[in-house]
Amino acid sequence: MSRHPLFMPLILVGGLVFGFGLGFSHMARPEVVLDFLTFDDFGLLFVMFGGSIVAGIAFWTLPKLRGSAPLTGRPYGRRLKSFDRDVLVGGSIFGVGWGLSGICPGAAYASLGVGNWPILYAIGGMFVGAYAQGVWRSRDADDAPAAAPSDD
Amino acid sequence: MIDAAAADLLGAGTVDALFPNGISRYAIGGLLVGLGTVLIYLGTGITAGASTFLESTLSYVSGRSRFAQYRASRDWRVVFTLGIIGGAAVYALIYQGDPWSIADSAWTTEVSPWRLFLGGILVGIGTRVGKGCTSGHGICGVGSVSRTSLVGVATFLVVAIVTANAVSALGVGL
Repeated sequence: MSRHPLFMPLILVGGLVFGFGLGFSHMARPEVVLDFLTFDDFGLLFVMFGGSIVAGIAFWTLPKLRGSAPLTGRPYGRRLKSFDRDVLVGGSIFGVGWGLSGICPGAAYASLGVGNWPILYAIGGMFVGAYAQGVWRSRDADDAPAAAPSDD
Repeated sequence: MIDAAAADLLGAGTVDALFPNGISRYAIGGLLVGLGTVLIYLGTGITAGASTFLESTLSYVSGRSRFAQYRASRDWRVVFTLGIIGGAAVYALIYQGDPWSIADSAWTTEVSPWRLFLGGILVGIGTRVGKGCTSGHGICGVGSVSRTSLVGVATFLVVAIVTANAVSALGVGL
């Protein structure tokens, strides 16, 4: 598969800005997330709303300006996923894990970046959990064709 | 500047009570998280979330269909994650300890390993079953005004608040 030469550099730059933002917001620190969840500091609301508003403006305006993205030719669209029971079940399991540990995937990667090596326990756990659900949910599907392809 | 404006608007006492660490670090950090998402979207049209990396990376070592479906995106998801780690490391190098000095620039958590590991397992299961995490549902999905994502965020936020308060009320230490 051939990709535009700037594809990977852009992904890297986007990741760098994203990770710097998570570091700057202190969301890479589980303690800050736990303080938010126990109502000691509501600041994290600004991270989620700030981030989603910036993203929302881009998702709203770009499709009106151009049809497709320059590096991939992908049409500009929004992130829309189908709703079913999994969203509630998975969201609840994620919520218990987030409330117990104070860590979510993106913040965990950033936490490693700020030098927080014990976060490897959490990242290791995330791989164990992702593997377990994948094995469980592949059990019937392995005979059938793969499900809907993902972002490339 | 942001903090002074907030104090004028709400009164300094209210701001101190709700935001003991001020607002600016959160607001600026959040804008940058959004900006990183937008940069990738601008060039590629991809609305990138962080948790798919877990399954896409597992496709390097497992042929199971759940993981194999992400083969096409697994390389750039590794690059995205390395970028997140690198960007946070730049933050740490500048703002933690002396600027641009490795010495004392690492920060480590007091949250105990069992909470991190057990929580991590549940996060790994839940984000993948629930079709997204704090960035996929929280930033991209909410930014898309996706009803699925709004319900997803409300679900994990409420459950996390109940969990964190229950753990705290039971007197479990960090």
